[in-house]
Amino acid sequence: MSRGARWAALAVGLLVLATAFPFYWTVVASLTPEARLFAAPSLLPTGLVLDHYRALFVERAFWVPIRNSLIVAGCTTVFSVFVGSLCAYALARLRFRGKVPLLGLVLAVSMFPQISVVSPLFLLLRSLRLIDTYPGLILPYLTFALPLTVWLLVGFFRQLPAELEEAAMVDGAGRLRAFREVIVPVAVPGLAATAILTFVYSWNEFLFALSFTLGPERQTVPVAIALFRGQYQVPWGQVLAAAIVATAPVAALVLAFQRRIVQGLTAGAVKG
Amino acid sequence: MPRAEPGGAEQREARLGWALVLPAIGTILLIALFPLGWTVWESLHLHDLRMPWLGRPFIGLNNYLEAVGDARFREALVHTLLFTVASVTLELGLGCVLALAMNRTFRGRGLVRAAILVPWAIPTVVAALIWRFMFDGDSGIVNAALTSIGVDPPVWFVDRFAAWVPVILGDVWKETPFVALLLLAGLQGIDASLYEAARIDGATAWRQFRYITLPLLKPALLVALIFRTRDAFRVFDLVYVMTGGGPGTATEPIALYTFTSLLQNLRFGYGSALSVLVFLVAFLLAVGYIRVVGADLTGERR
Amino acid sequence: MATIRFEGVRKTYPNGHVAARGIDLAVADGEFVVLVGPSGCGKSTALRMLAGLETPTAGRIFIGDRDVTAVPPQDRDVAMVFQSYALYPHMTVRANMGFGLRMRGAPPDRIAARVAEVAQALGLEQVLDRKPGQLSGGQRQRVALGRAIAREPQVFLFDEPLSNLDTKLRVETRAELARLHRRLRATIVYVTHDQEEAMTLGDRVVVMHDGAIEQAAPPMEVYRRPATLFVAGFVGSPEMNLLPQPDGTLLGVRPQDLTVVAPATGELEGIVDVVEPRGSEQLLYVHADGGRELRVIAPPDLTVTPEQPVGLRLDPARVHRFDPSTGRRLA
Repeated sequence: MSRGARWAALAVGLLVLATAFPFYWTVVASLTPEARLFAAPSLLPTGLVLDHYRALFVERAFWVPIRNSLIVAGCTTVFSVFVGSLCAYALARLRFRGKVPLLGLVLAVSMFPQISVVSPLFLLLRSLRLIDTYPGLILPYLTFALPLTVWLLVGFFRQLPAELEEAAMVDGAGRLRAFREVIVPVAVPGLAATAILTFVYSWNEFLFALSFTLGPERQTVPVAIALFRGQYQVPWGQVLAAAIVATAPVAALVLAFQRRIVQGLTAGAVKG
Repeated sequence: MPRAEPGGAEQREARLGWALVLPAIGTILLIALFPLGWTVWESLHLHDLRMPWLGRPFIGLNNYLEAVGDARFREALVHTLLFTVASVTLELGLGCVLALAMNRTFRGRGLVRAAILVPWAIPTVVAALIWRFMFDGDSGIVNAALTSIGVDPPVWFVDRFAAWVPVILGDVWKETPFVALLLLAGLQGIDASLYEAARIDGATAWRQFRYITLPLLKPALLVALIFRTRDAFRVFDLVYVMTGGGPGTATEPIALYTFTSLLQNLRFGYGSALSVLVFLVAFLLAVGYIRVVGADLTGERR
Repeated sequence: MATIRFEGVRKTYPNGHVAARGIDLAVADGEFVVLVGPSGCGKSTALRMLAGLETPTAGRIFIGDRDVTAVPPQDRDVAMVFQSYALYPHMTVRANMGFGLRMRGAPPDRIAARVAEVAQALGLEQVLDRKPGQLSGGQRQRVALGRAIAREPQVFLFDEPLSNLDTKLRVETRAELARLHRRLRATIVYVTHDQEEAMTLGDRVVVMHDGAIEQAAPPMEVYRRPATLFVAGFVGSPEMNLLPQPDGTLLGVRPQDLTVVAPATGELEGIVDVVEPRGSEQLLYVHADGGRELRVIAPPDLTVTPEQPVGLRLDPARVHRFDPSTGRRLA
């Protein structure tokens, strides 16, 4: 191997190690019995147990926040991809006045810090009696999910050759029929990447979930984990077990679809 | 401008366009723009939910003036700036190194890319907990490692300055992959024949980096810079879970102080003013982003 | 099949660019008309307006007796073959070719029968169940053609369909298209930038420049009696020679219509600059007095060398005269 390649391999190796080690350590700790958690830590432990995971589901009913996160993230994704793709298609392909300011608006909104809209959203949701409900989370989530979806899909639709719809229209399909029969099937990779990214962002969201839910019945996974309280101290064993459980689905998604995700991320960001 | 005689087709298209756009835009207007306007309006009033008898009088820019004079606010601003500078510098530097290293094709590159993407994909809350645990005084692996090489570790989360270390490291661990992938995409857009020509001309690896890679990577670097700066400025989840802003308020960034004012101290008027200030900074960065990317797309595009 | 009529069609884009300025053209039933010109001349815009993909800013377009100016493309009953073929990548060849009929609500058995018929005519039976990504360039071209034919439209539109093919395939497909036209007796409007293609395929050639029609006439007439300077320079390769005359007009003479003779025995004099042997002929660049460089086509066995002084004779029946200010032909 050339010198350059050796340095590169070393760098990559070190960085992969630095990335993976905290996970490794967390998994080990989550499998370590409570008594030994605060003893001297060792890199290669023995006597691993599933106590914490059991406690997580039996004592703390951790499946409740998981259910909540799935519903909220799932509904947010479905709604924003559907509505967002129609909007993105119109912005990417149809000719009408006011397109540029609309795109600017979408971009601007995606830049809003969440903290700046938390209080009015709280008051709005409260007046609609939506605090601590599913719609009470899905609606606020759309503030970042819709701009994200529209932004990514506009970039993606623009890349598709215009002649595809034109051919479909000349062949006898109206705009919407052409969209359904020709554009959507061809756009599946982009739609998938967008859906995955939207789901990941929704699953990970914390501030809104913290502010707009009151109790364990509707809290999502990030909030539930953050608010774990033990009798006397933080129950690290369970917290870390919960962390692994919270990580597993998104990690699986990422590992399975890494190429799509990267394409979506970089195309949206670099191309602007 | 000559109007189309048979205006039917163009009007039809415009109508369809607006119909398709309306659901998304309408929702956005309702749940994003309207609340933001409301926040700005609120910031001009006195509105303390703990003292409802005071009503909601208009007080102009008094909240902003109070913010400027508020020592805790100024400190939070300093914290935020320091955190931003430190983490963004580390993320861009490490990201660059990682991108360069990954730019060669090697077996398992896809797997490596996926592996380093996982920290980016997990909830920030989880990342915060993982790093908190590693730096924990008693069972933390970090302290164990440090003592084993003879270094006496500080009490991380009690020391005003040491508390920043796990916070910054956690952020770097989580966000560098995104930067690296962004830069990697930028690197892959550089024509390989430029390097070949440079090698024939006798340029060393460092010179190649300085005169070819860096200038051509500028657009991607700028995008990464702006994105990361904007996000670092808004940092909330990480600090809330890892240190709660502590010890005391030593690691409190501006978003956390705003949150506390709003939803814990229930000072809606004042908290709104703080949010507007945060928004203004994010907005300025957004404008910068559009300028940079727009200029790149129209100006320097080959 | 149907007739086509453009009446005073104009197209100005919002940014001010004028793509078409007053196009008037009538295409007869079953005629093969080629729109030809350099890029930006408006030929593609005219075609797209005919398809309904662009709307004219002024004027009318008729297909048959029907004013289709405001009719959307899906209701015009035209078929179009795009430069990039625009095959639906997620559908099989069979589905691609049946798409138009399906959109018009034809019953499935009729669609299947028609697709099979067209596939057989184009030699595509083997690939009916493949997707476009699995086909060669030539096969894709034929599928694009099949998709258009299957619909039995009133008019066929072709947008530079041969430019993505290599030379050999291009020549073969050209012949294929000519045969198709004869068989189907279809009304065809065909766009190309290649003047040779235009001359060999069209019943009539429409030379366009800067959004307007310079001349619309059968190929031989366009070649023998170009109506404007632009047409004279565009049609025919190598380009026509233009010589300013003492009375202010321009004299045009094609390289093929100049004969090399002994010095001082022809109407023009010059010194040979470059000799390009081309197999069946020679292309000479001759430096004439007056500083002009003339292109001359000479027989292959004529011995000519650079630096050689020569005379050039014109055939008075084969010269053209133009008014330089209007660009129009004189007599």
